[in-house]
Amino acid sequence: MALRTHTTAAWSVVTGITRRLGSALADLVPIIVVVAFFQVVVLRQPFPQLGEILLGGVLVVLGLMLFVEGLEIGLFPIGEAMADALAQKGSLFWLIAFSFALGFSTTVAEPALIAVSDEAARIAADGDLIENSDGSRASYALGLRLSVAFSVGLAIVVGVLRILKGWPLYYLIIGGYVMVMLMTIVAPREIIGLAYDAGGVTTSTITVPLVTALGVGLSSVIKGRSPLTDGFGLIAFASLLPMVFVMGYGLLVF
Amino acid sequence: MPVGSDFGSVLLATLRDVAPIVVLVLFFQIVVLKRPIPQLPRVILGAVYVVIGLALFLMGLQKALFPLGEIMATQLSSPALVGGEGGLPVGWWSYYWIYAFAAMVGFATTIAEPALIAVAFKAHEVSAGTIGQWGLRVTVAIGVAFGLALGAFRIVSGTPIYLYILAGYVVVLVQTIFAPKHIIALAYDSGGVTTSTVTVPLVAALGLGLSNAVPGRNPALDGFGLIAFASLFPIIAVMGYAQVMEWKTGKASER
Repeated sequence: MALRTHTTAAWSVVTGITRRLGSALADLVPIIVVVAFFQVVVLRQPFPQLGEILLGGVLVVLGLMLFVEGLEIGLFPIGEAMADALAQKGSLFWLIAFSFALGFSTTVAEPALIAVSDEAARIAADGDLIENSDGSRASYALGLRLSVAFSVGLAIVVGVLRILKGWPLYYLIIGGYVMVMLMTIVAPREIIGLAYDAGGVTTSTITVPLVTALGVGLSSVIKGRSPLTDGFGLIAFASLLPMVFVMGYGLLVF
Repeated sequence: MPVGSDFGSVLLATLRDVAPIVVLVLFFQIVVLKRPIPQLPRVILGAVYVVIGLALFLMGLQKALFPLGEIMATQLSSPALVGGEGGLPVGWWSYYWIYAFAAMVGFATTIAEPALIAVAFKAHEVSAGTIGQWGLRVTVAIGVAFGLALGAFRIVSGTPIYLYILAGYVVVLVQTIFAPKHIIALAYDSGGVTTSTVTVPLVAALGLGLSNAVPGRNPALDGFGLIAFASLFPIIAVMGYAQVMEWKTGKASER
């Protein structure tokens, strides 16, 4: 009997990993197909550094697979349970504090943001915008990530208040657009492209599922809110505010 | 981020990146909710997976996705392909392979994106079946493809990005007035979900590589911005698709 439970447990781990492998590959396979097509049909030459890139590709797939599997068995269940418990608890202070901390901490660990801010630091150093040393690159990249994380935290708080008060979503969106455009006028030109990108970068692997769980949990607890129309929309504002804050960061640094 | 063999230091940096989440969970679970952590061994195992996975991903990124984006940008904008040997200026239209590549990467990655499949499913539900899942995914993928190609054109031509984004915002606002109410929040959210963890670094590297390769462009000024295009166009595509479908079903029921 004990043996049998062990084998079923082992089997569920194996199927879990193969399923995860499939979805990690689903991200990479389209890229491989397109690149291969261009290499063979358009460029008609062997790919440079093929071995290195294949090895890196394997690392990306393995890493992403472990990362998402870890999130699903560890963080998502507890995060969703907490979001639900806090929504029911009815303490506005703790709900707001949790919303901010959730947006902030999940953004700090967002892989795409880590990657892009490192790249941005390299470009800024090459372009003599910041001092070209390991220390100043690292602090510029960290500063970028913290401003994005802070703004996502703030955006989640505003989004939660929206669900509580029932403000229409497009007020926030229009307000966000106006802020983005105003900041564009004063921000240094070198930060604008990066700032606009920050919006799309922030919301991927970790942030979206947890924030969506918070929104849907909240709107199913509060009377007169529909999870489908009120629960969503948290992400949208969370991709506008980082643009504003990164431009602010650019004003401070350059 | 230290590159390559230095797995130890990447792992350490990753621990630092994940630390805020651990603090958040511990604090709220123990201090605020006053509950023990359910299934603690599972949560710890999950955390170990997250840290190792993130470290591997970041190392792979440096070895694969960044070089891939830059190499493709350099190859496809080389004088052999676009002409202009000997420093002669070439027009923006000569970079058509770049636009085609950007569009195809956008389309292929979006159509396979798991997050978009989830959004399409929800949209189907919210619209009571008027919005087809497959139709929506194709529409969004075309939106992203067009967005990335336009973004690549912006880098090649060196025009200011805010003009494009401003125009996009105006379109979104006008659409918001006319689109079916129940689809708006979902459409806004779809902008964030189409740019996945794998696509973002590749597309960023493509833009930076392109701004390096095209004469007269500066990576610091022109290199970024492709991701912004890829997250704006899905919003327009989802609302547009919902409008068209509503209009179609309206016509059908009038008859």
